[in-house]
Amino acid sequence: MQENIFKINEKEYILPGNRACQGCGLSLAYRYILKALRENTIVAIPPSCLCVLHGLYPTTSVIVPALNTTFAGNAASASGIVAGLNALNIPDTTVLALSGDGGTYDIGIQSLSGAAERNTDFIFACYDNEAYMNTGTQRSGATPMGALTTTTPVITKQEPKKDFLKIMEAHHLPYLATVSPAYPVDLYEKFVKAKRIRGTRYIQIDTPCPPGWGYPVRDTVKLGKLAVETGLFILFEIENERFRFTGRSKTMAERGKLLPLVNYVEKQARFKKMSIEQLGTLQAAVNSRWNECLRRAES
Amino acid sequence: MNNVRIITGNEAAAQAVKLAKPGVIAAYPITPQTSLAEVLSEYIEKGELKAEYVRVESEHSSLTVCISASTVGARVFTATSSNGLLYMHEQLHWAAGSRLPIVMCCVNRGVGAPWSIFNDQQDSFSQRDTGWIQIYCRDNQEILDTVIQAYRIAEEVYIPVMVCYDGFTLSHTMMPVEIPDSGLIEKYLPPYKPHTFLTSDDPVTINPVFFPYRRENSKGVLCDGYMEMRYKLHAAFEKARTTIPEASKAWAKLTGRDHGGMIWEYKTEDAELVLTGMGSIANEATVAADILRDEGIKAGVVGIRAFRPFPKEEVAQVFRKAQVIVVFEKCFSYGYEGGLCSDLKASLYGTGITAPIHNYIVGLGGRDVKTGELVEAARVTFNAVGSGETDNKTIWLNCYTGTEAEDRK
Repeated sequence: MQENIFKINEKEYILPGNRACQGCGLSLAYRYILKALRENTIVAIPPSCLCVLHGLYPTTSVIVPALNTTFAGNAASASGIVAGLNALNIPDTTVLALSGDGGTYDIGIQSLSGAAERNTDFIFACYDNEAYMNTGTQRSGATPMGALTTTTPVITKQEPKKDFLKIMEAHHLPYLATVSPAYPVDLYEKFVKAKRIRGTRYIQIDTPCPPGWGYPVRDTVKLGKLAVETGLFILFEIENERFRFTGRSKTMAERGKLLPLVNYVEKQARFKKMSIEQLGTLQAAVNSRWNECLRRAES
Repeated sequence: MNNVRIITGNEAAAQAVKLAKPGVIAAYPITPQTSLAEVLSEYIEKGELKAEYVRVESEHSSLTVCISASTVGARVFTATSSNGLLYMHEQLHWAAGSRLPIVMCCVNRGVGAPWSIFNDQQDSFSQRDTGWIQIYCRDNQEILDTVIQAYRIAEEVYIPVMVCYDGFTLSHTMMPVEIPDSGLIEKYLPPYKPHTFLTSDDPVTINPVFFPYRRENSKGVLCDGYMEMRYKLHAAFEKARTTIPEASKAWAKLTGRDHGGMIWEYKTEDAELVLTGMGSIANEATVAADILRDEGIKAGVVGIRAFRPFPKEEVAQVFRKAQVIVVFEKCFSYGYEGGLCSDLKASLYGTGITAPIHNYIVGLGGRDVKTGELVEAARVTFNAVGSGETDNKTIWLNCYTGTEAEDRK
C-alpha cells in the first residue's frame, strides 16, 4: 500500500491559500481528486463549501476550469457541459460535478437522479460532511441520528441518515464507489478508474469537518480512519453491479472485526447529547450494513 | 423558394429552431408548449436536425442544461409555459447574470393556483425583471421570424431572449407560414461566439462569489464588483434598443417581412383613440380599430413587441397625438394594475401626453375575448372621455365582479 503513494500525480491543482477551513476534509479529498482526473477536467460547482474553497472573484486557488450553478441544479449543469462538449465535438474532457450532502441528498436529488437515469457521461461526487456546513451546520438528510446541529440544537437529530448509496445503486450505474480522504491512495485509484469509465459514475466521499463535527483540526485523518475502522463508513466499489470491498475496509473484512462505534462517536462534540439508545440503534445499523456487505462480497 | 405551409405556432417555432441549428436543446413537457418539444425531438430522431436533445426531468434542469451548454459554447434552445417558467425562475436570473444568449419560447399560459392550462401572459410578465429580453408575437409567421431574430439579438448583446406567444390562440392554431431557405439563415445569423471559454489552457472559475466592492486580480488589475456586473447587464439592454430594430430590418431586407422592431403600428397616423397590447390580443385590436373607424371613430393600434427593454422612446413618440389610450392586457400586478399599463404610464410621464388611459384586463385563464368586446370596451372609454371624464381606470372585462349593476343584468 505504502509504495502506491509514489504513483500519484505530482502536479498540484489546488494552489496554497484556498479559503477552506483548517483541517478541511473536502480540501484534502479535492486535492487528490484533481490529481487523479488531471487536465481536461471541468468541475461543476453548486453553492457550498466548494464554492467558498474556490475563492472570491477575481482570484481563485484552483487551476481547473470550473462553473458555478445554483444549488438544485449541479447535475443538470454537468449534463449541460457534457451536451455542449458533444455538440461542439470536443472529446476527452472529464466532467465532474462535486456537491455537498445537501446538494446531493436533499435539494440536488432531482437533477442528480435525472442525470443518472439518462446515464449522462460524468462523475458525480458527493462530499458528505453530514450537514449544511457552509451555512453553519444545519441538519441535512445526511446528518446521522443523535447529532447536534444548529437546527437540531437541543434534542439532536431523531431520524437516521438517508441511505443514499442505495438510492444511487438503484440507478444501476456503471460505477459507484465510496472514498475517504483519510485513505488517499484508495481515493486516487477510484477516481483514476472512474475517469476511464463512460456513463454516470457516482462517488461518495466521507468528509470529516472540524467545525461541524466538533473535533480538533489535527484529527481529520484520524476521524476519517475511525469512520472506516468502526464500519460506519465502508470503502467499496460497485462496478457492473459487482460489489467489492477496497482498501482498509477490505482489511477489516478479512480480519473480521470492527472497532466499536463509540470510539468514533466519543471524539466529536456533535454527539455529546447522543443517548445510549441512539448509540445502540446506530451500532445495530452499522452491524447490519456491515454484514450485508460481507454477504455481498462473498457472493 | 416560396415555401408556404399551414402550420401551428408551435410548429412555426420548431421550424425556426431547425433553421437556427442549435447544438443543444433541453425541454420538459408542459401544456401548451408540448407539441414544440415533441416536434423538435422528431426532427432530431429523424436526423433533420443535428443537436443534442437532453430530455431532462424538470424545467429547472432544462434551463440549467442550456446555461452550461451555452457557457461551453453551444447554441441552445428551450421552451416552456406557465408554472414551468416559474419553476425556472432562479435559473432565469442565472442565465441573464451569466450573459448567455439563450433563446427560449414561452408559450403563454395562466399560472396556478387555481390550475388553468389556458392562455394569458401572467407567466412571462411575472418574470419581467429576471434580465431577459422579452418579445411578444402576434401571429405564427412572426413566431418563426422572431425566433431566428432572437438568436441574432441574443448573440450580439449577450442577453437571453424569451420569445413569447399566446398558448392555443397561436400555439395550436394553424396559419400559413413561409419557411425561409436555410441558405438565407446562414447570411443572417453568424456563428455563436461565447464570451468566455472553459478550458484547461486558461482555467477560470465562472460565477464565483463576488464581493460588493471591486477587487484586484493577481496581476493588480481592478475588476468588477457585483454592482458593476449588474450595471453591464442593464447597459446591454440599452444597446438592445438598437439591436432589436436592426435585427428586424435586416430580416425584412432578406425576406420582405417586417414585424416591427420595439413596437408596431396600425393606422396610428391620425388616430385619436389608440388601442395597445402585446401578442395576439393586439392583433385582434387591429380588427377592432377597423370596425371603430367604420363607426367614425379614428382608431389605431400600437403593438408592444419588446416588453423588455421597454420601448420608452417609441411610445412617447407614437402616443403623442392620442386623445384616448386603451390598454388591453392579459396580466396583472396584484394590488395595482396591469403590468403593461404601469410601464406605459411611466414612460409617458413628463412627455406632455395627458390622454386618459383605460386599462382593460382581459382573457385571464383563456377567457374568450371577442373582437366585438374590444370594440365595445374601446367605444365606452372613447365616449366617456369625450363627455369629459379624465380619470385613468382599470376594468376587468367579461368578469363577474359581484357588483349590484351586474346582479340586475
